[in-house]
Amino acid sequence: MERTQVHEADVLIIGAGGAGLRAAIAAKEAGARVAVVCKSLLGKAHTVMAEGGIAASLGNVDARDDWKTHFKDTMFGGKYVNDWRAAELHAKEAAAEVIQLERWGALFDRTDDGKILQRRFGGHTYPRLAHVGDRTGLELIRTLEDTAVSKKVDVYMEYTITRLVIDNGRVVGAVGYKRDNGETVAFRAPAVIIATGGAGKIYTVNSNSWEGTGDGQVLALRAGAELSDMEFVQFHPTGMVWPLSVRGILVTEAVRGEGGLLTNSKGERFMQRYDPERMELSTRDVVARAIFTEVREGRGSPHGGAFLAINHKPANFVRQKLPSMYTQFMAFADVDITKEPMEVFPTTHYAMGGIRVDAETCATRIPGLYAAGEAATGLHGANRLGGNSLSDLLVFGRRAGVSAVAYANANQAGPLTDEAIAAAEQEMNAPLQRQSGETAFEVLEELGSLMMEEVGVFRTAESLGRAKERLAALRERARNVRASGTRTYNPGWHAAIQIEGMVALAQAIAASALMRTESRGAHTRVDYPKYDDNLQRVNTVSHDDGSGLHVEFRERAPLPEHLAELIEKVPA
Amino acid sequence: MSDSTTTDEKVLQLVVNRGEAGDERGQDVTYEIPRVKGMVVLDAVLYAQGHQDQDLAVRWNCKAGKCGSCAAEINGYPRLLCKTRVEDLPADKPVRVQPMQTFTRIKDLVTDVSWNYEMNKQIPPFTPREDKEWRWQQRDVERAQEMRKCIECFLCQDVCHVIRYQRSNKPKFAGPRFFVRTAGLDYHPMDALDRAEFLKKEAGIEMCNVTRCCTDVCPEHIQITDNAIIPAKERIVDQFHDPVKKAVKGT
Ligand SMILES: Cc1cc2nc3c(=O)[nH]c(=O)nc-3n(C[C@H](O)[C@H](O)[C@H](O)COP(=O)(O)OP(=O)(O)OC[C@H]3O[C@@H](n4cnc5c(N)ncnc54)[C@H](O)[C@@H]3O)c2cc1C
Ligand code: SF4
Ligand code: SF4
Ligand code: FES
Repeated sequence: MERTQVHEADVLIIGAGGAGLRAAIAAKEAGARVAVVCKSLLGKAHTVMAEGGIAASLGNVDARDDWKTHFKDTMFGGKYVNDWRAAELHAKEAAAEVIQLERWGALFDRTDDGKILQRRFGGHTYPRLAHVGDRTGLELIRTLEDTAVSKKVDVYMEYTITRLVIDNGRVVGAVGYKRDNGETVAFRAPAVIIATGGAGKIYTVNSNSWEGTGDGQVLALRAGAELSDMEFVQFHPTGMVWPLSVRGILVTEAVRGEGGLLTNSKGERFMQRYDPERMELSTRDVVARAIFTEVREGRGSPHGGAFLAINHKPANFVRQKLPSMYTQFMAFADVDITKEPMEVFPTTHYAMGGIRVDAETCATRIPGLYAAGEAATGLHGANRLGGNSLSDLLVFGRRAGVSAVAYANANQAGPLTDEAIAAAEQEMNAPLQRQSGETAFEVLEELGSLMMEEVGVFRTAESLGRAKERLAALRERARNVRASGTRTYNPGWHAAIQIEGMVALAQAIAASALMRTESRGAHTRVDYPKYDDNLQRVNTVSHDDGSGLHVEFRERAPLPEHLAELIEKVPA
Repeated sequence: MSDSTTTDEKVLQLVVNRGEAGDERGQDVTYEIPRVKGMVVLDAVLYAQGHQDQDLAVRWNCKAGKCGSCAAEINGYPRLLCKTRVEDLPADKPVRVQPMQTFTRIKDLVTDVSWNYEMNKQIPPFTPREDKEWRWQQRDVERAQEMRKCIECFLCQDVCHVIRYQRSNKPKFAGPRFFVRTAGLDYHPMDALDRAEFLKKEAGIEMCNVTRCCTDVCPEHIQITDNAIIPAKERIVDQFHDPVKKAVKGT
């Protein structure tokens, strides 16, 4: 075996979405040697798809807004199982991060008096989302990318990490492969930040990009870190329904933010029945359940969704405010949204759960290992508000970068041994060496439909019990998949390496969902339709000490007084 | 995708030009793909990958026309695989897909686009002015916002004859994508730099002879030639005092 080249850094950042790039800039500014690795080309991370905006209480459109209201909205949206410290830091720091982005060159849409324009979104009391039409994620990632490039951050594109290396209880580096030629690669660093994004690809119908396979959560779980709140999977109420090819692609909430109306086949504005106060701008969990229910009760649109109309607004307005929705429907569905309504149905969108971290530092329980962005958890509780993810990436990306540098300054890099690299390589090669077995694509197809059927918008003890059994069998199959061909740019092999981890995450989602015997936020138990106050105080925690997955409840510290007084209404 | 009401009985012949690194010519491989109403070419390629050749290499991320990863040439024309509907292509012949021809092949439909990333590093970065408040009107940023819509698919780079037929021009010609990016910076209301000299010297903008092919292929409909390249050329002429051009323009 040829000796693998080992790259050295003070801080290794896995992921080049908003969280990873913001962390990289912070770490570089703090003087560290930074290495960023990403599975795709730079600038292609899932963040690029974000549309509607970034939430921050700038108060440019409504001066009454402030961090306290943002905090309150985030906690209410998350149904009070959020990590309150994360929600507090986020609400306080988001505005400065948006302004920082502008200082780095981002060009947000403007108010009449020349400030950053903010739009309404579900669950936000005031217009709060800074945006650029409906391509905010592109603006965010390009600005961060350009800034990181100008600061000479080293980026390793199309490198996939498959293993974290742990020595003596602390992280010492990571091993993976290069996509183009399949070579094994290794990184040695005292501090590692996971910023690998979400796991929507576990479900067949989803809005996520190819990369959303939950790699970071899997890396952390295997390294001995904890995951939390895995039962909370956000189904965005408005995904495209038709044609099949684009089923699940997101229809941004900005459509409703700009005045879009939801109706059923009888022409009723059905949100009246589910949330008469907030109507279309209710939180995502409520709107998703509403659309699902309308369709199930026979009031769906021709292709099994609800109608979403924006054609009562002037055509020019629609094209200016929602340009990519306009093209998306024109190009893929032959629907002119300035003239006719869209058809929409819930789509798997976002993982509220993820790697359990300390809010201040983004540290996991493994020394040297940090996590930020969608891969981490805490801020959003049981349901994320639209726009709160992009701000999450910036606030906690920066914090992770700063804390990782502090750790790297205080600790030497540990030993990354040839044995550890060889073990990781052996594991990668296994699927190519098998002479028989299914492909990962077959297992993935079944995983996706199983999760849709049993662990979707509506769950019961029975469905989750079935999921548990089916997933255990699937895990066995995932362990034995076979890939053909060589190690050069081989998608079948890539899928084979990651499929078992995806099943493991699905198991954590199903097991956590089974434990939470109540309905809260995005987690709806048909057999337990109400809130259970006892379960408001706890979060699920998943970990695997090598003997299999364990899920338990862990109690949260109570809200301190200065935050408790901000929250007037506790949900019924 | 086996909804019987949506699949017409016909089968799509998908021809993929496959090959390893170094094999620029490649080999055409034909796949029979069930036609599904509304399907895009990327669906067909992924079907072939999922059901026949697992190791068929293709770059894609969003499958929603937003990330610019899936650029290739469909029936010889540079396009996004995920934004090209099969129904919009001639039904009476196979759909043939080949990698972008301006870049060297890594494998199958995947090419080495690293040159673009190197070129990007040379552009003088955003440099904010210090003498001005961070306030401006929407109309002041629309020009820059048009440039910033770019999803970096590199289709414009692929089609541009300056590098397509003479790859050796690459070190001295930045290509339309980076004329667009530079314009985005120059049009920024707070940017303090003037990149005309960079465009003339390092970026080789004068090698462009305004054929507009880049504009034709841009999936974001950025008016690359009219709104990025021509204004830059005019500025260069003005700044570097070209007497002939000045006379022609009558200024
Ligand atoms: C269509 C859509 C619209 C959205 N709109 C909004 C919005 O308007 N507002 C909002 O706040 N949120 C929005 N979201 C959510 C938000 O975009 C995401 O939650 C967020 O971008 C995630 O960013 P991230 O930095 O955590 O990860 P990502 O952007 O997903 O980046 C992950 C990175 O990790 C890398 N990676 C993954 N695994 C590995 C590995 N094994 N080895 C190496 N690298 C790896 C990837 O290559 C990538 O670079 C939207 C989401 C979608 C899908
Ligand atoms: S207009 Fe210029 S940059 Fe565009 S394709 Fe033609 S020569 Fe290339
Ligand atoms: S300018 Fe248009 S064609 Fe060129 S890279 Fe950008 S989006 Fe693609
Ligand atoms: S896959 Fe993103 S543009 Fe085609």
